[in-house]
Amino acid sequence: MKGLGELERSIMDIIWAQSSPVTAREVGRLIADRDLAPTTVMTVLDRLTRKGFLMRTRSGRAWRYEPAESRDAYVAELMLEALDMTGDRSAALTRFAQAVSGSEAEILLRALSELEDE
Amino acid sequence: MITAAALAILAVVCGIGAWRFTHARWTYRAPHVAIVLWQALGVTWGLAGTGALLAYALEPYRQGVLHGLYSFICSAFDGGYDAPGPYDVPRILALITGLTALSVLVVVLLTAASQTLRARRRHRVLLALVSHDDPGVPGVRVLDHPGATAYCVPGLRSQVVVSAGTLKLLSPDELTAVLAHESAHVRERHDLVLLPFAALHRALPWSRLVRLIQSEVGLLVEMAADDAARRYCSPRRLATALLRFGTAGSVPAPQGTLGAAGTCDAVMARVQRLVTPLPDLPRRIRYAIVAFSVTLTSSAPLLWLLPFPH
Repeated sequence: MKGLGELERSIMDIIWAQSSPVTAREVGRLIADRDLAPTTVMTVLDRLTRKGFLMRTRSGRAWRYEPAESRDAYVAELMLEALDMTGDRSAALTRFAQAVSGSEAEILLRALSELEDE
Repeated sequence: MITAAALAILAVVCGIGAWRFTHARWTYRAPHVAIVLWQALGVTWGLAGTGALLAYALEPYRQGVLHGLYSFICSAFDGGYDAPGPYDVPRILALITGLTALSVLVVVLLTAASQTLRARRRHRVLLALVSHDDPGVPGVRVLDHPGATAYCVPGLRSQVVVSAGTLKLLSPDELTAVLAHESAHVRERHDLVLLPFAALHRALPWSRLVRLIQSEVGLLVEMAADDAARRYCSPRRLATALLRFGTAGSVPAPQGTLGAAGTCDAVMARVQRLVTPLPDLPRRIRYAIVAFSVTLTSSAPLLWLLPFPH
């Protein structure tokens, strides 16, 4: 049995890979871990919906789930935050270094080639 | 009156000292010590500035700032300002200003801290969903993005994150150096050092001095992490990694915010001291600065507690 975080990630991966909304039963069929109880899948789907990562619509007697945002959108959000480009909302991450613009980059490039030549 | 004057002088001295200190360059030779001095200056400036106003306002109570404040609150609840001395307009104004300034400082600090924690929690949750492990870099989360970034999400269980772009950009030695740098941030909890200065910047966004101080402390924290990292890796590789990051042009900026002003100077300053290190500040001087910082930090609270001389 994998950790809850691990499970959430693999279920999100499955749903991201689908082109249309899926039911809990379909997720259960697609998941690699065959021993998983259907109720566990449902619990995780419910958690992800409550956290705002999934949206669900009623279809007959079951719910169909689809991602609220694409995976790339989340990655982009993290990147912007990592590069301190979100403006006011800041998680105050300690980042290694930031990129510089145009003419300043040339100064750094020259310094880099000098260091590499030595 | 003496206490109020002493606190006012202390606040002014801290202000002027901070201004001069932003231009000091010996700090690059002892970033850890310089960070301690910055923290001492910040705490003292806040307590002395508000304390001076309150000491003046509460002087009629003749009990010192803290006890005077307590007496004032008690008498305010009982109805009427039961001050033993005459209570005039300037003192009331000073009281209002002092209390406002003090509460703004406290509220801004707490708000900034809670906002940061909330943004961090969201970052952590997203990270758990979209990042993955890489056998090449154990213990590090990898983000599938072509841009170059390496950072740490601070907290009780800090996480070091690099992007796929970084893994491609850097040589293995350089990557080791960058990871050593990030673990230093984690170990020394540099996020806690930065938090109050970021909060102060949020409280006084128009202040050039505060902005300068924030970026200076930010740079010192990076240098401190560089110093810790160089014990485990080649400083030259750390320098080339820095330069590679600076020129990588990581991602297209949403509003042209890429590369804050002064980034280039900051990167060059760090590269310089990695490649041709200056001698450490003599131990004697470092101890003297730390002792001075401790004295400075304790001076304002002591003046808050001291009963006014009759």
